[in-house]
Amino acid sequence: MEQFQTTLGQANLASILIFFAFVAVTLGITYWAAKKTKTTSEFYAADRSISGFQNGLALSGDYMSAASFLGIAGMVALKGYDGLIYSIGFLVGWPLVMFLIAEPLRNLGKFTFADVVAFRLRQKPVRVASSVGSLMTIIFYLIAQMVGAGALIQILFGLPYETAVIIVGLVMIAYVLFGGMLATTWVQIIKAVLLLSGATVLVILTLAHFNFNPITLFEQAVAKYSDAVLSPGGFVTNPWDAISLGIALILGTAGLPHILMRFFTVPDAKQARKSVFVATGFIGYFYILTFVIGFGAMVFVGQDVIMSVDKGGNMAALLLSEAIGGQLFLGFIAAVAFATILAVVAGLTLSGASTLSHDLYVNVFKSGKTDEAGEVRVAKIATLCIGTLAIALGFAFKGQNVAFTVGLAFAIAASANFPSLLLSIVWKKYTTMGAVWSIVTGAGLAVILIVLSPTVWVDILKNPVAIFPLKNPALFSMAAAFIVGVVVSLLKPEPEAQKKFEDEKVRTYLGIGAE
Amino acid sequence: MSLNESDIQEILASEEFRSLVRKRISVSLTLTFIMLAVYFGFILVIAFNKELLAVKIGDTLTIGLPIGIGIIVFAWLLTGVYTRWANHSYDNRVRSLRNQILNR
Repeated sequence: MEQFQTTLGQANLASILIFFAFVAVTLGITYWAAKKTKTTSEFYAADRSISGFQNGLALSGDYMSAASFLGIAGMVALKGYDGLIYSIGFLVGWPLVMFLIAEPLRNLGKFTFADVVAFRLRQKPVRVASSVGSLMTIIFYLIAQMVGAGALIQILFGLPYETAVIIVGLVMIAYVLFGGMLATTWVQIIKAVLLLSGATVLVILTLAHFNFNPITLFEQAVAKYSDAVLSPGGFVTNPWDAISLGIALILGTAGLPHILMRFFTVPDAKQARKSVFVATGFIGYFYILTFVIGFGAMVFVGQDVIMSVDKGGNMAALLLSEAIGGQLFLGFIAAVAFATILAVVAGLTLSGASTLSHDLYVNVFKSGKTDEAGEVRVAKIATLCIGTLAIALGFAFKGQNVAFTVGLAFAIAASANFPSLLLSIVWKKYTTMGAVWSIVTGAGLAVILIVLSPTVWVDILKNPVAIFPLKNPALFSMAAAFIVGVVVSLLKPEPEAQKKFEDEKVRTYLGIGAE
Repeated sequence: MSLNESDIQEILASEEFRSLVRKRISVSLTLTFIMLAVYFGFILVIAFNKELLAVKIGDTLTIGLPIGIGIIVFAWLLTGVYTRWANHSYDNRVRSLRNQILNR
């Protein structure tokens, strides 16, 4: 096979046209959604009008970021089987979301997951603490997405980094500001359909070269490289590292504010449950596709070419689409990757804005006393703040190694958001102070330990030896958050919260009185 | 709809409601445990005995391949098991309890 030459980095007319078509269509939807976005329930939760199936697609859209499409395909292309191990960790959290969180969350909450944590506890301290956990998760996730967006678009379209960051920021602010949750949901649905169908076509084109027998593809990869591509390599060496990362990915999925917020867009608990079933199916299917795409890139493009374009392998899926589908298909997949970032960032921004306005402004500063119009106005101002912050973060972290921020976002979600949410749903004796200290411990430890870990202390700060041995802190920070939450609650019981816990059971289990 | 205090206490004390809650918790915890056991079992096998997953089936394929893909499919099927149980058994019992309460 002759050496493959790529045109990546030059402006691709097809991708620019397809991307503009996506932006035009989604802004049209935003215009339509804006007319239906007047009340708080419409702005934060699309007036609970989204069906289980639609929400399932939107959840998968929120979750399948460019990092999981490009990053995992690249990891498979360079490391083979290890990429599959990594992607499995991202999927396994979803069943737990269904078994433990989705239905009680839907029954007890209104717009944010902090509604559930604060349900029977003292509003102000719990809301402030939950907001800290939410905002930290969202900000670290946003950093990864914005820096990724700038860098990706630079490679794809030959556009300057700053221009790319500003375009993403402005379009995403337009979706959320005018169209609220309804527009954001439809952006996610369209993006999910485009991404899933694009990846499916790429797999079909790849397998067409092997008479649709994937085994032949794997045999070719083994023949070109070695047996090692089909068995576990260096990804899991230290079991504690692997367990800690697994906990971050699994419990973190169940603590991501922008994912949790989506459960308030469906009419009831049954639809919430259905949406997780649909989302898990699509996300699982997507990871299987990504695995085949990675092997396709390994065989058709080759590891040296992939690494010469991007050391981390992030361009593998795009190089494969060019190698077997030509310029036009590359344009399509590139536009889909851009749309993917846009949609994920919009979901994060809406979630951050609702934390600022619903949790902090309304329930802390105004003690829950505001009128509808006032809260929507504040939510829109909050959208502008988070959107501007996202652009600023993109500028501030230009050229920095931000790969660790996704792991950190998941670690905080697993250590601050998940324990407080789970304990508030299942444990009668949970108290206000238990929740506050649990969240502070989880979020604080996650940040401190990751700075001292090999991921930051050695790889970024260039110290010779890490002070904390694990690459991801979730095992310790999550366990500490649970222990602190339980111990503090037991030390000083809160009888009123226990009484309310009993009363809320009819709402948790039967949905009586749910919003 | 608003329920008065004695209604709520009556529901909470009823055997029907209490067994519903017990059942739901046990189904949730069992499925959670199965999922975690499968995933962490897989990870620990890789950590302690990589060769096990490198065992060949056929000429080139390894056993790790169907196992890895299998875990993805299994996770999805497990959400299907829960959905089926909840749609049939759980929702029916919830509906009958709700009707009893709201029709009095």
